[in-house]
Amino acid sequence: MKNLKMKKEFKVIADLLPNNTRVLDIGCGDGSLMHLLRIEKNIEVRGLELNQDNVKECIYKGLPVIQGNAETELHQFPDKSFDYVVLSQTLQAFYEPEKVLKNLLRIGKSVIISIPNFGYWKVRTKLLLFGKMPVTKTLPNTWYNTPNLHMCTIKDLFNFCDEKNIIIKKVVGVNENKTSLIRKSNLEIKNLFSKVGIFLIS
Amino acid sequence: MPSLAGLFFWMNIKLENIKKLDVTKPLKLDCGKTIKDFPLAYETYGKLNANKDNAILVFHALTGDQFVTGTNPITNKEGWWVTAVGPGRAIDTNKYFVICANVIGGCMGSLGPKDINPVTKKPYGLDFPVITIKDMVKAQESLLEHLGIKKLLCATGGSMGGMQLLQFCATFPDKAFSAVPIACSTSHSAQNIALNELARQAIMADPVWDNGKYVLKNVQPKNGLAVARMVGHISYLSEKGMQEKFGRKLQEKADYEFSFNADFQVESYLRHQGYAFVERFDANSVLYITRAMDYFDLSKQFKGGLVEAFKNQKTKFLIISFSSDWLYTTKDNKDIVIALNASGADVSYSEIITDKGHDSFLLDETEFLKTLKGFIDSMYEKFKNEKRI
Repeated sequence: MKNLKMKKEFKVIADLLPNNTRVLDIGCGDGSLMHLLRIEKNIEVRGLELNQDNVKECIYKGLPVIQGNAETELHQFPDKSFDYVVLSQTLQAFYEPEKVLKNLLRIGKSVIISIPNFGYWKVRTKLLLFGKMPVTKTLPNTWYNTPNLHMCTIKDLFNFCDEKNIIIKKVVGVNENKTSLIRKSNLEIKNLFSKVGIFLIS
Repeated sequence: MPSLAGLFFWMNIKLENIKKLDVTKPLKLDCGKTIKDFPLAYETYGKLNANKDNAILVFHALTGDQFVTGTNPITNKEGWWVTAVGPGRAIDTNKYFVICANVIGGCMGSLGPKDINPVTKKPYGLDFPVITIKDMVKAQESLLEHLGIKKLLCATGGSMGGMQLLQFCATFPDKAFSAVPIACSTSHSAQNIALNELARQAIMADPVWDNGKYVLKNVQPKNGLAVARMVGHISYLSEKGMQEKFGRKLQEKADYEFSFNADFQVESYLRHQGYAFVERFDANSVLYITRAMDYFDLSKQFKGGLVEAFKNQKTKFLIISFSSDWLYTTKDNKDIVIALNASGADVSYSEIITDKGHDSFLLDETEFLKTLKGFIDSMYEKFKNEKRI
């Protein structure tokens, strides 16, 4: 899943982050984003990653990474110990995304979350026209082997933040190489045409 | 086989010819006593470069010594970490300058209980002061000074070596650019202490031990010491690893002997390990070193506990644990990570999945060695750049 992640998304995340900050990347994969943030923005990065090969890859690159499971091991990070916590396209794979999200907001002064948008028009039409669970570039797995347990749309996460009194500072929709700002006013249309949604919350 | 007395005499002759630093600076021990003008035996591998930025300090474990790799000139056996250290290995001696010192309290040339007490002119025995992990580490700092190394590229060690390393980083926060504590903890659990006590009781129950005075008679409580070593060996393997290695296999026989000889392979293994050990190690040293491990409690040394111990830490850490290690568990190692995180230190952590138990750090564990190599090599690049700036 990590390998298919768009480079564009990392670029958007990097643009959201100020220079010289402390950032924790949850599910940091092979460290591509951490590397980008360190080189381009002089950000002090830390990663959390479950997969042993990815952990090794980060260590080879000299990137600090802790092998562990975000679902169960976020307690090790103290309150507000990072300026930003980044969670890239993993929220939907947790058993208890709400609990994870709460923890992220505890650890970081701000949080950046990206989600594959289940409201994207291709996803919607696949289900509507063929009556089958959609398989797309952003959602490459079939229903029986997908790690995604809690799929949601940009609109869902938007509403969720509202309900839980989480402050939405910025939402960016990504479609191929185009990005656009998402507000309440254009939510319906952006929810239809964005492949990925990136939320900056606190 | 030569008599034990003869063997020790012969070993002492050989110990005359190894590298030793005479530490003249008085060292005030945690117990309150002071030692001075004492020998610290050490060995180095590879070459220190002109910039002095390629030095790696290795701390050895309970029964280890300074002879990390190559052939140990005293025992004529392979160095204890030949799997990780040497030309072309994870810690490549073609590239790095590797240093290791025998701990004080040990028996491979550094000041220990079998040495002559300058006051009585007789071997110390139990008159030797009780030492701590902190004492061991402070003694080794003199060696870095002697070698002219201001900052190590890396310091590493497994088991008690890892404990020394954690102490080293807490006591000297600016002496190592990076550190790899492996399979260790910041204090002994009740089970750790119990196992060490079992080893000590085995030695003390041997009548030859005679309150540690066997050193005056040039003998060794070998039965007690062998049992102590057997206890250790059980704790270094995992239940699964042991089952796979030995199971219920019999030792070169078709059926039970209906006796108390070593019928099972696992018995034969333990006896072999136990009695091989008495030829190279001093029983009183086991007492002193296991005591130092039991007393070790890093959080107790600092008012704010572990977080305070690692405060202002500039060292970049990589903690490594082994999934089947029940002596220093993954949880023990993760607690170190949590403390380092809480103090804002630069820390990486990896758990190596293996059935080989605590012993894994001494074995040819590919994933472990690759991770170790990757970390040290990447740290070297950073350290060089940092020094240039």
